[in-house]
Amino acid sequence: MTQTDAPLLSVDGLTKAYPGVVANDHVSFEIQPGEVHALLGENGAGKSTLVKMIYGLVRPDAGGMRWQGDAYTPDSPHAARGTGVAMVFQHFSLFDALNVAENVALGMENPPPMAELSTQILRVSMDYGLPLDPERLVGELSAGERQRVEIIRCLLQDPKLLIMDEPTSVLTPQEVAILFDTLRQLSKEGMAILYISHKLEEIRTLCDNATILRLGKVVDRCNPREKTARELAEMMVGKLLHSPERAGATPGEIILNVTGLTQASPRPFGVGLKNVRLSVRAGEVLGIGGVAGNGQDELLDVLSGEIRTVPGTIQFKGQTVGHLGPNARRALGLLAAPEERLGHAAAPDMSLTENAALTGTIREGLSDRGFIRWGAAREFAERIIERFDVRTPGPDTAARALSGGNLQKFVIGREVLQRPDLLVVNQPTWGVDASAAADIRQALLDLAAQGAAVIVISQDLDELMEICDQFAALNEGRLTPPRPTKGLTVEEIGLMMGGAHDMEVAHAV
Amino acid sequence: MDFSAINPTVLIASLMVASTPILLAALGELIVEKAGVLNLGVEGMMITGAVCGFAVAVESGSPWLGFLAAMAGGAVLALLFGVLTQLLLSNQVATGLALTLFGLGLSALIGQGYIGIKPPPVGDVNFGPLADIPVLGRILFRHDIIVYFSLAMVAGTWWWLKSTRAGLILRAVGESHEAAHALGYNVIGIRLAAIAFGGAMAGLGGAYLSLIRVPQWTEGMTAGAGWIALAIVVFASWRAGRVLLGAYLFGGVTVLQLNLQAAGLAVPVEYLSMSPYLITILVLVIMSSDRRKALGAPASLGRVFHASS
Amino acid sequence: MIRLERRPTPSRLWAAATPILAVVLTMIAGGILFAILGKDPLEAIRTIFWDPLFNEQFASYSRPQLLVKAGPLILIAIGLSLGFRAGVWNIGAEGQYIIGAICGAAVGLAFYPMEARWMIFPLMVIAGGLGGLLWAMIPAILRTRFNTNEILVSLLLVYVAEQLLASMALGALRNPEGGGFPGSRNLQQYPSAANVELISGTGMHWGVAAAFIAVIVAYVLLTRHTLGFQARLLGQSPRAARFAGVSPNRLVLICMAISGGLAGLAGLFEVTGPAGQISIDFNSGYGFTAIIVAFLGRLHPIGILLAGLLMALTYIGGELAQFMLGLPSAAIQLFQGMLLFFLLAVDVLSNFRIRIGRREVA
Repeated sequence: MTQTDAPLLSVDGLTKAYPGVVANDHVSFEIQPGEVHALLGENGAGKSTLVKMIYGLVRPDAGGMRWQGDAYTPDSPHAARGTGVAMVFQHFSLFDALNVAENVALGMENPPPMAELSTQILRVSMDYGLPLDPERLVGELSAGERQRVEIIRCLLQDPKLLIMDEPTSVLTPQEVAILFDTLRQLSKEGMAILYISHKLEEIRTLCDNATILRLGKVVDRCNPREKTARELAEMMVGKLLHSPERAGATPGEIILNVTGLTQASPRPFGVGLKNVRLSVRAGEVLGIGGVAGNGQDELLDVLSGEIRTVPGTIQFKGQTVGHLGPNARRALGLLAAPEERLGHAAAPDMSLTENAALTGTIREGLSDRGFIRWGAAREFAERIIERFDVRTPGPDTAARALSGGNLQKFVIGREVLQRPDLLVVNQPTWGVDASAAADIRQALLDLAAQGAAVIVISQDLDELMEICDQFAALNEGRLTPPRPTKGLTVEEIGLMMGGAHDMEVAHAV
Repeated sequence: MDFSAINPTVLIASLMVASTPILLAALGELIVEKAGVLNLGVEGMMITGAVCGFAVAVESGSPWLGFLAAMAGGAVLALLFGVLTQLLLSNQVATGLALTLFGLGLSALIGQGYIGIKPPPVGDVNFGPLADIPVLGRILFRHDIIVYFSLAMVAGTWWWLKSTRAGLILRAVGESHEAAHALGYNVIGIRLAAIAFGGAMAGLGGAYLSLIRVPQWTEGMTAGAGWIALAIVVFASWRAGRVLLGAYLFGGVTVLQLNLQAAGLAVPVEYLSMSPYLITILVLVIMSSDRRKALGAPASLGRVFHASS
Repeated sequence: MIRLERRPTPSRLWAAATPILAVVLTMIAGGILFAILGKDPLEAIRTIFWDPLFNEQFASYSRPQLLVKAGPLILIAIGLSLGFRAGVWNIGAEGQYIIGAICGAAVGLAFYPMEARWMIFPLMVIAGGLGGLLWAMIPAILRTRFNTNEILVSLLLVYVAEQLLASMALGALRNPEGGGFPGSRNLQQYPSAANVELISGTGMHWGVAAAFIAVIVAYVLLTRHTLGFQARLLGQSPRAARFAGVSPNRLVLICMAISGGLAGLAGLFEVTGPAGQISIDFNSGYGFTAIIVAFLGRLHPIGILLAGLLMALTYIGGELAQFMLGLPSAAIQLFQGMLLFFLLAVDVLSNFRIRIGRREVA
């Protein structure tokens, strides 16, 4: 029986354990129609597991859910969608080689014929200020456009509850503002929104209520508008975090100089670099912002030497290095740490000792006439583990057995301990818990204070503002001229990142 | 040497027959690969189909029961591959090779008692007066039903992949199994179904060899046809229409070299016999050197799927 | 319901135990197969696995055969294993084996009837290895230059090599004193070219010695040398390998060269030894069985050594069972295929834990 006064969704005592970790421990909360409800928590707090249970992807070990008063036990996303739950994923659930309409159809229970669906997509996308061409291949879309595909896929099913998992991590500030307008409009129409994030200011701007998760448990509930960002942060993390300290050293000579760098992407649907120009000095931290998929991976690969390019376009300490491979650049002092920890920065199934040898062979002297000195590699791994407080049973552990934060500390530590003259890192704190993130940022600042140049590529603008001296943004493979971070406003940063692309027009209509 | 013995009309008609086994197997593998699975065991499934079909046709006297048995045999063998790769998460390349080695052994064992026997004949479809149209009649209207079936399957596969929801879901699973899983599609179930279909088609192709094209049973009679079917899927950039083109091209080369052998061309027989393989390699090189064409490959092809969270 | 749970670190214990478990399972399934064929399963298993080594009547003949059959299998499998670890799938070793034999034999026959063993046999060995290597370079270069799938090309080249073999046996290398029969001169009867037994009564010939050397070199390469590390890295995570400065193309060429060269050597030692001559049916599937050996040995040199001996045993035991029990030869081929299947099936245990309990939707 449906009770009219019952909440739209009530979650009661949900518990889910994985080997070695309780992801959700008796989690309870309620959402009313039209409410924008925040799930706040840092990485690993159990937000994803919770929404997967609501969306029917994971079944709880204990506890239950009610939908408008009736028992709700979805055993698949199909069942969840049938009830009226829709979800926009953090890592998109999209298919690059299929077009927009096909992608939308795949997320619907009973899609109309393709021609009709295309018309519907056009109509809904204009109604909500999210313009989209149904015929385009999804792989060719920008991150923001890809998110629109997911949102429209949800909206076409008239959901009563819309789950959004970290939706703003791929948007420019201007795009975030437009997304929030859309969400407020939906909420006014009576749709409930479950908004998952660890970004405090966003939650304070948008949400009516917040449930705060820490280590799988609900630690607090509040009206986020009545709290300061600092109070929310304390609830989320459980302790006060120190802000990174920086010694304001004066920049030294130019370490890296890149001019006229144009390089096609080797990946399908990748974004090539177009006439990139930048320079970094010793002791300086250069931040490179931008929405994911605008050439960040390509920039890291071309600086690390994985992609070789025209020799003269990259000058390192006065030497021409564009044509050199990764090991030759390492020998000169140019080191890098890619974004993807498992499978790029580290080999998942290999031990930490082997992963230490992955990049350390040259500068740490881990090989002798082609033979690897495994004893020395092991010592190097132990040194990284100790100096960077990597929590692991020992250097024989496989890389994939480590938590995201610990592995990232290992990866950054491995490069920092090799005393680089330039370290390039991509997304150094992505998916890392707050305390490990703080340690990593501090390590980067310490490295700069010792006179090395550092380039931080990141999508986390707060992070870049916190640790960088200079800021530039990547947009469709083009890099803006760097500007000092001091005094930059959010609007200026947003415009550097490409503004709202083509969205303003639609909203003005 | 006598080239006048080579009649273009007969050549075309017989290349259609020569191509049919490979066409059937390649269409099956196309569906399997579109679902993101690389099954290198086509050769093993084909030869198993060839022997199952032959044995059942001889025992029952009905070639049609033989074709059904061949499809069942191929599908069962394919499901063995499916269980290993999809449920036990084994490496697809190694498992596909194992399937081929296993199939060759199994077929040799089953086929022991059937060497040198004639299978029950399969007649051509009777189109009446149409078959007597000069040239066209010989090419189009004087074949057995399987040839027409294989052509219908080309059109059917093309339409199914392009226009049906089931086809869309299959392509989605092959493109990104993580995303398909997140949307609630049963990745493993869909892949198992595709693998079984691929096995049935390969089995049918094998039976066509042993019951119609040759027609008799000899050990190892597929002689690499399964591998060529795999190559044709790559050649076709994972498109049904191009599979037809590839299969007929290969069939054409095979028939032509046989005709040249018969005509007594002054090239040793062995060099003519290797030409279909060499031309397959050549075509593979041309197709794969164009990176845009290689984009047709399903993005999840050959990757192991395990829903871990 | 049963579900799989990924182990944080692969289990060493299971990695070692799975090949043994696979052998046991294959024996059980094989026993059932033999029973279906109307043979006493226990007797068949005993005839295959026990009699060749310990039956007084047969052992004196069979024991040397063990090394004769294991030699080429191990030599080829060692070469393949490095590539398989790196994700370079050379499955055309059978073709490289044939070409190695043809090239080596051709060099030897070119000198016939000159007697200069110090020069002729070494030259033949070089020619054999080089022949296999160059044949393997075709798929290797096509892969690195044109991105062509090396699996298909190397395999298709087996059929080309078989045709070449036939043409050689019937044409260029045919024994002019053979009365028109296909097949070359018997190299065993040409002292400068014969691959002789090194220790009488053991089956130990130059090819077996080469196989043992290959095992040792491969062991050092794999565990201590950068090349082995790079191969493992490239196979496990190609992007991490590129980040570590590995050039995938260079490694493809090296792996194909090593596997092709060793397969060529195996062919040369076979044609100058146990086979004796180039004939139409010279190749007997060692190149394909070696794939099973490589996997059964878990791509590890020591494992391959043991797996090669075991697989050789099934060959000899199979022949014995054929002779004694009338077991069809195809049954042994099937038995070998089954072994690889079971191995791949139980392999899951080293990377996953089996959990029995409530099943997730996921």
